[in-house]
Amino acid sequence: MTYGETPSQTVGPYFAYGLTPGQYGYDFSDIANHIVAGPDAKGEHIRIIGQVLDGEGMPVSDAMIEIWQADHEGVYRTEPVSIENAGFRGLGRCGTGTDAQNRFVFETIKPGCVVDATAPFINVTVFMRGMLVHAFTRLYFDDEAAANARCPVLQSVPADRRDTLIAKRADTATGPEYCFDIHMQGNRETVFFDV
Amino acid sequence: MSGFKPRDWSSHAPYIAPDYKSTILRGPTKPLMSLSGGISEASGPVFARAAVRDLDWDLTRNGRVNGEPIGERIVVHGKVMDGDGRPVPHTLIEVWQANAAGRYVHKVDQHDAPLDPNFRGSGRCMSDENGNYVFYTIKPGAYPWGNHFNAWRPNHIHLSLFGPGFATRLVTQMYFPGDPLLALDPIFLGTPDEAARNRLISKFSIDKTEEGFALGYQFDIVLRGRLATPMED
Repeated sequence: MTYGETPSQTVGPYFAYGLTPGQYGYDFSDIANHIVAGPDAKGEHIRIIGQVLDGEGMPVSDAMIEIWQADHEGVYRTEPVSIENAGFRGLGRCGTGTDAQNRFVFETIKPGCVVDATAPFINVTVFMRGMLVHAFTRLYFDDEAAANARCPVLQSVPADRRDTLIAKRADTATGPEYCFDIHMQGNRETVFFDV
Repeated sequence: MSGFKPRDWSSHAPYIAPDYKSTILRGPTKPLMSLSGGISEASGPVFARAAVRDLDWDLTRNGRVNGEPIGERIVVHGKVMDGDGRPVPHTLIEVWQANAAGRYVHKVDQHDAPLDPNFRGSGRCMSDENGNYVFYTIKPGAYPWGNHFNAWRPNHIHLSLFGPGFATRLVTQMYFPGDPLLALDPIFLGTPDEAARNRLISKFSIDKTEEGFALGYQFDIVLRGRLATPMED
């Protein structure tokens, strides 16, 4: 006997007190937050910052982004994820409703390259009101040009859309930052994947 | 670690479902690029039992300040499984919902209905080794929203699951049988296939109903299954 999949439904506008309570100031514990790698994690500590932009180019204030990434050696965590962990956690979650510019901000480390890939990347999932199904994308790094050029996934993406998957590095006084804006529509629409 | 079967898009909504107006400017418009079979999609976060704290699975008690929440107590049972009926054990289920009056605790909810000081409306539970889960809550009320004139969301509970891999992530909503608003709701109707969307409706269960305490509902959740492991002989 086979069973049909349970349909996806939108996360809606009111997810914060269930999914991101700490960030939004609700009295409930978090299972994940914007810290993907704590201070004790090995690897290059970086910040990932971006906005989610709708079809009119307006920042979305009620999106939630999740990221799932490998550690500095390119290995996905198989031990339980915990926000008490001061080292590498692997999972991050951030809403866009608490920053004045509706940005998501993650503190993490640059991942190593996983065994079946040629370039390092971070898995990104986008949820929001107005999406009945979440969307998957990937964040690659602009300072990995040679590795990116060998990446079959990036190379399978039309050349004029490849840039939508590549985060731009800026070295700031508080460490390296990568900017990764997610365009839901328009001529810069981010490439989303059928994972 | 084998990969997962492709998503069955016949069970899901399109990204642009114009009757649900917010999709029009927010859903991707270009075809998705295929991506499957790698360890990145097959891996995913796991959580310890300790991620679910004492009262997290009982929304009738986890928000109490000075009394009991108002409304109809219910208990929701279900099984998380894959498309072949195999249980999905030890997976985290996060839930959130409106209170009995149809009001969310969320700060931006402006609906003119009372907050309940003893009900937050969020919690979490974990499926057991057989994929079964249970949580207690108050039946949520319907509430109006701005999608169109006189638009009301049917009673629903939001659920978020990880499943065994990054690819199995699911955020969904559980509805209640016999709700007249279902036939008018663009979010429920956003799933074009009638049989698929009817899987979002829980079943009343007298067997799960607790004598003198709470009405029982059953809501089974089906995630994508793994591809078959190649046979060796």
